[in-house]
Amino acid sequence: MKRRNARGKIMTRRALVVAGGKVALLAALAGRLYYLQVVQAPKFAMLADENRINIRLLVPPRGLIVDRFGVPLATNRPTYQAVMIPEQAGNIAETLGAVAQLVPLTETDRRRVVRDMHNRHSYVPVVLREDMNWDEMSRIDVNAVDLPGVSIDQGLIRHYPFGDETSHAVGYVGPVSEEELDSDDPLVELPDFRVGKSGVEKEYDLELRGSAGTSEIEVNAFGRVVRELAREDGIPGEQIVLGIDMALQDLAMHRCNAQGSASAVVLDSWTGEVLALASAPGFDPGAFASGLSPAQWKALIDSPYNPLTNKAIAGTYAPGSTFKPLVATAALEAGVITPDTEFFCSGELHLGNAVFHCWKKGGHGLISLDRAIRESCDVFFYHTADLVGIDRIAAMANRFGLGLPTGIDIPGEKPGLIPTRAWKKATTGVAWQRGETLSCGIGQSYVSVTPLQLAIYVARIATGHTVKPVLARSAGIMMPTSPVAESISRAFALIGVHEKTLDVVRQGMYGAVNELHGTAYRARITDPSMAMAGKTGTAQVHHIAREVRDRGVVTGTKIPWKERDHALFIAFAPVSAPRYVCAVVVEHGGTTGGEGGAVAAPIAHDLLLRAQQRDPARRVPPEPFGAAKLAQG
Amino acid sequence: MRWLYDPARPQQTVTVKLLSVNWPLVALITTIAAVGFAMLYSAGNGSWHPWASRQTVRYAVAMLIMLAVAVVDIRLWMRVAYGFYAATMVLLIAVEVRGAIGMGAQRWIDLGVIQIQPSELMKIALVMVLARYFTNLPPEDIGDPLKLIVPAGLILVPAAMVLRQPDLGTATMLVLCGAAMFFLAGVRVWMFGVIIAAAGAIVPFAWHHLRDYQKNRILTFLNPERDPLGAGYHALQAKIAVGSGGIFGKGYLSGTQAHLSFLPERQTDFIFTIMAEEFGLVGGLLLLALYAVVFVYGYAIAFRSRSHFGRLLAFGITTNLFLYVFINVAMVIGLLPVVGVPLPLVSYGGTSMLTVMFGFGLLISVYVHRDVRFGRGDAEG
Repeated sequence: MKRRNARGKIMTRRALVVAGGKVALLAALAGRLYYLQVVQAPKFAMLADENRINIRLLVPPRGLIVDRFGVPLATNRPTYQAVMIPEQAGNIAETLGAVAQLVPLTETDRRRVVRDMHNRHSYVPVVLREDMNWDEMSRIDVNAVDLPGVSIDQGLIRHYPFGDETSHAVGYVGPVSEEELDSDDPLVELPDFRVGKSGVEKEYDLELRGSAGTSEIEVNAFGRVVRELAREDGIPGEQIVLGIDMALQDLAMHRCNAQGSASAVVLDSWTGEVLALASAPGFDPGAFASGLSPAQWKALIDSPYNPLTNKAIAGTYAPGSTFKPLVATAALEAGVITPDTEFFCSGELHLGNAVFHCWKKGGHGLISLDRAIRESCDVFFYHTADLVGIDRIAAMANRFGLGLPTGIDIPGEKPGLIPTRAWKKATTGVAWQRGETLSCGIGQSYVSVTPLQLAIYVARIATGHTVKPVLARSAGIMMPTSPVAESISRAFALIGVHEKTLDVVRQGMYGAVNELHGTAYRARITDPSMAMAGKTGTAQVHHIAREVRDRGVVTGTKIPWKERDHALFIAFAPVSAPRYVCAVVVEHGGTTGGEGGAVAAPIAHDLLLRAQQRDPARRVPPEPFGAAKLAQG
Repeated sequence: MRWLYDPARPQQTVTVKLLSVNWPLVALITTIAAVGFAMLYSAGNGSWHPWASRQTVRYAVAMLIMLAVAVVDIRLWMRVAYGFYAATMVLLIAVEVRGAIGMGAQRWIDLGVIQIQPSELMKIALVMVLARYFTNLPPEDIGDPLKLIVPAGLILVPAAMVLRQPDLGTATMLVLCGAAMFFLAGVRVWMFGVIIAAAGAIVPFAWHHLRDYQKNRILTFLNPERDPLGAGYHALQAKIAVGSGGIFGKGYLSGTQAHLSFLPERQTDFIFTIMAEEFGLVGGLLLLALYAVVFVYGYAIAFRSRSHFGRLLAFGITTNLFLYVFINVAMVIGLLPVVGVPLPLVSYGGTSMLTVMFGFGLLISVYVHRDVRFGRGDAEG
């Protein structure tokens, strides 16, 4: 019994020891709780918020691009897609069947739906059908009650109401590329985000983009959105107003498309605004926004017409005879000829062993500068170029904007080339040949320019100021009450060429269009108040072709298209107060020999006539042009 | 019927026994259980379904069982101790065998009405059998190491089987609880020294035999940031929940970690995090205080019992309960590896509720029968 009592005492003592241990352990728990919940509470509170709060970006609507009168050239079209949340859809097969009765749903679609469902959480919407039209969307919407878990998602997709007519100037948008990902803008990381890829869309991408809004949402551990905690709307993209007059652009594209591969530029030389920038053929810019099929892509890059090249700024052509007014200007300014200088044209000029032909067999006889421009005598300009020399021609060409980027506000511009002695020595190592100066004197040989440069060149001849081109119109949309330019912009400095020189050249160009033997006589504008002055040109593509034709072996349409000459024309109007200028290049448009006058000049005629008819100075209200097009779009 | 109504002691009717039940303790237990219901309601995102409602029903049933156990004569419990232990062993083996013949690792036995986890029952059975063994052991034999081989086996065999399941938490509890019983029974302190030294020698060997996920849990416990999305996820998210609760918590039903499903197993092993997140340090300490009061009751009951068996049983059950609470809370707040021990009365789960309430039944039985004198037949039988 005593031992048993002893046993009890030991147990009591030890129980107290164990109890003490337990108190210590509980104290440890309390201490740990204090550490976590008081000392480290801020850190864990932050971690808890990081867990549950997600920031979602709200994509701002991309800014519109409109023409000078507000006609939309790039808009955002609502697009509808049917989505299904599997966990709400009940019997998937039944629901899909019901949807298929309302909108076409192929077997492939169904398989994709099933696959998507398996790959994701059941609360993640699965796309049933993309890009539905209004009818399909309505059919689903009306029957929503019978379609559990099916809903309509509305998004925005870039839309170009004029499609291929504005594809080069306006450009297009596409998915973000690897290089573009390297940006501070968080928007670029969104999978559906589109950025400008060419044209105005690219140049003014940041302005058009706007800035992202944010939505702070609470999510659970599986990423499902529970609620929105805060929302900050983004800033919608800016509207970009272009100087383009869509009516003129439409006309230019129609005329150029009819020629196969051609480009035309119309400028308002008083403001530098590009009224039309046509490069035919165009392409469907909308297809780039939604994604091109491999077949579409192949067709675009295989086409001999190079629809993806903006020929107005990136097509480089020998200017041909359109270069002659420049050579004349350089010669007059250098004093090597006077307005009264005459040369004799026998139809050819011998230089050493080489023979340089005039386009006119038999020659022009004794010919003055005025007539030489009007009738585009080659021999006159062989002599003139020989006298003035290539370097002075090149300097003058650069002054008039040839062979240099014009600085127009879209990417992809080519500089073209105006050769000099130094350039040739540096690139080929061979000294400049005198004969090359003769060729350059009629705009052949190394000389190459873009249609936009030609337009700037003619604008500078017409105004005597250093006109620069611009697509975006800083003055905004033109309203009936908007102020209009009364004279050339003060921003354009004088070019520093004697007005008398320019007058002589302008007179020659007037004659080329309006006098009986002028090379573009048939394309003249008969209304004297709108008369234009211009210069035709033919750019040799294939030297052999020319020689063969000269021998009369092959003529006209028998020459393969690729080997025909380019037809060029530059012009300004009205001659009384030059304001509108136009440059047209028709690729391989030459079949007759009088290419510039026969093929390119009529296009310029139409464009300049229309430009003057729509001259805002006349307060002619613009035709309700965009409305009809938009209704179709 | 002598175990329920002893004609020799007519004053001990069932009614009298029920009246002598320690009702304040029952009220305390119910309070803790009620905290559990509230937490499960919160864990169900403010809904009785699916956990809180079923837990309430379970608690009601378990309460009846507890009272039934409490009024059964303590001597009967002593007499059936070996049988109960043996039966539990059979169930454990059955689970083991069934797992071995291809149904995968399973801790459950389905008895139709209820699923039973034999390893949970073993915690009570072990306390009972050790209490009985040491009661019967003549005091002078307690110093004899040979006499300790049998009780050591009683602990280690089930512990080893549970470890194989593998259930590190329950195995640890069995060993610690058994060790506490040894200590209370008066086993010499130097023997513990020997055992601890031996255990230390075994550790590298045991480490070798742990499953990968168990090793991972321990490694991740030592450094939770080691694998924040994998093994450390539970531990880290639980710590975030507790820590972000701050002093006063985020408010009932407003715990973001719990309601947005960042907390794994929030209705079972990690239920304490809901308390700590929604009621903060104050709520967590309050719940711990409630448990502490229960432990004090357990000790009081042990000290008031006149029988050696009663005391050992009461101490053993209280210690067992303490281990539940400590291991669970410690693992939830990152003091111990995540080993899978539920919080008694609060965690959702049938077997643990049943086991814990059965333990409380025994504890109250000790209280009700505190003055019962053990005859020779009772003591040695």
